[in-house]
Amino acid sequence: MIDFVNQYLIPALVLGCIYSLGAIGISMIFAILRFAHFAHGDLMAMGAYLGLFLVGIIDLLPLDGLSVNAKVLIALPFSFVATAAAAILIDRLFYKPFRKSKTIILVIASFGIALMLRSLIQLFFGADVLNYSTGIRFPLEMFKPLRVQERYVYIVVVTLALMFALHFMLTRTRTGKAMRAMSDDADLARVSGINTEKVVMWTWIIGGGLAAVAGTFLAMDTRLVPTMGWDLLLPTFAAAILGGLGRPYGAIAGGMIIGAMEELSTFPWIGDGPLISPDYKTAVAFAVMVLMLVFRPQGLFGGRVL
Amino acid sequence: MMLEATGLIGGYGGADILKGVDLAVDQGEIVVIVGPNGAGKSTAMKAIFGLVQVRAGAVRFRGEDITNAAPDTLVPRGMAYVPQERNVFPTLTVHENLEMGAYIRRDDFRAVIDQVYELFPPLKEKRRQAAGELSGGQRQMVAFGRALMTEPALLLLDEPTAGLSPLFMEEIFDRVIAVNKTGVGILMVEQNARQALGVAHRGYVLSTGENRFADTGPALLANREVAESFLGG
Repeated sequence: MIDFVNQYLIPALVLGCIYSLGAIGISMIFAILRFAHFAHGDLMAMGAYLGLFLVGIIDLLPLDGLSVNAKVLIALPFSFVATAAAAILIDRLFYKPFRKSKTIILVIASFGIALMLRSLIQLFFGADVLNYSTGIRFPLEMFKPLRVQERYVYIVVVTLALMFALHFMLTRTRTGKAMRAMSDDADLARVSGINTEKVVMWTWIIGGGLAAVAGTFLAMDTRLVPTMGWDLLLPTFAAAILGGLGRPYGAIAGGMIIGAMEELSTFPWIGDGPLISPDYKTAVAFAVMVLMLVFRPQGLFGGRVL
Repeated sequence: MMLEATGLIGGYGGADILKGVDLAVDQGEIVVIVGPNGAGKSTAMKAIFGLVQVRAGAVRFRGEDITNAAPDTLVPRGMAYVPQERNVFPTLTVHENLEMGAYIRRDDFRAVIDQVYELFPPLKEKRRQAAGELSGGQRQMVAFGRALMTEPALLLLDEPTAGLSPLFMEEIFDRVIAVNKTGVGILMVEQNARQALGVAHRGYVLSTGENRFADTGPALLANREVAESFLGG
């Protein structure tokens, strides 16, 4: 039992947090800008690599005794801001000119951005697998007999804090309410006098910033590789669709469910071997996405239809 | 005249739907546009509010030329518009819908919200409920209230009673009169022509994108030709 919690449930929660953070942006961008943002995975990767760059800078400072996790956490707000700024810039340069064009044009444009971001990452950091920390270290574990690694605590706590902040923004602030209004009905928002370009900018700040955090956390939990954004795209889209596009809370639930399903699918439910070989666990997200699109395209919480 | 549209020609990009429409609304007036389906009533209203491309003609509001001005620039100038359909934010609460109506205001607008609740008491009860869960009539009240939040000088209403039961219809017309009494000019497109002309100071009869009749409300109701051709005998 304790092994099940340690080896499956806790990693499932961590993976769920990562997917949720990515899915929120996908869901909100779809609702407000009306297109599937295919570069979102690569924004996550960009955030992760910015984190690596910033950790490198922190290493140059005369600070002793900081753990790698602490350095990544210090870097996190900066890569949040930098990735949000990059997302706004990308929007101004590549998406805004197509605001009134057909959706497919924006989808293709975002696909181009995805390729560009991935190439930039390779150009600066190379194609090899990298890590925030070098060398083998024994992870600090807490809450015995549960095996909770230090980084798990950071990931879950920061994710919960960000979700709480997002909830506060969407329900208490003028801009947050305008975001929900525009995701309900962009035309009505415009005739009500809502500054839709300002709403769009905030959508990129939240979407881009949370993407950076998601990418950083995945890199913290696993490793950095230029194609990591591509790998993240499928499960985060599946999560956004599962929760219902345009439903930020749905995206959180969807991310948690997809994360849990991927991890738990490798548990030996029947017989001795894993139910699904870990190599194929991303297929779970794909299967969920296909089934949702066929049978319930509006998602669990009644969002928009893709 | 507060609002003056002259010789409006335009449409949605294809063939022109408006073929030279003149409309005017004075301070504090209720003006109604009636006419058969496809007459261009809603299109004329949308052309005034910058939602339909005006190819020729001009719209002037409070002495300024606003032809083809973007809707979000018209709201701060004192104009508000209630679309016929999809006119509330369904997942936002009633209260949040009203707050969004006041988006352009940076001052304290709580008194205005209270006024709207006074005007539509059912909304106060349902203030924390999502607008999408309300009945058609109550949704119409939310849409109406949302547009009043900027305290506009001119309110454009596109078929506010469409799909409502006669009881709600009367209720909405009563509210139109009540709002008008506070000094708000109203331009309203209506399918229920008789009842609408009954509350109007002046009315326009449109047909196939052109003006057919323009007179006071009572005069149009008394006009036999109007009654026979446009009010169903």
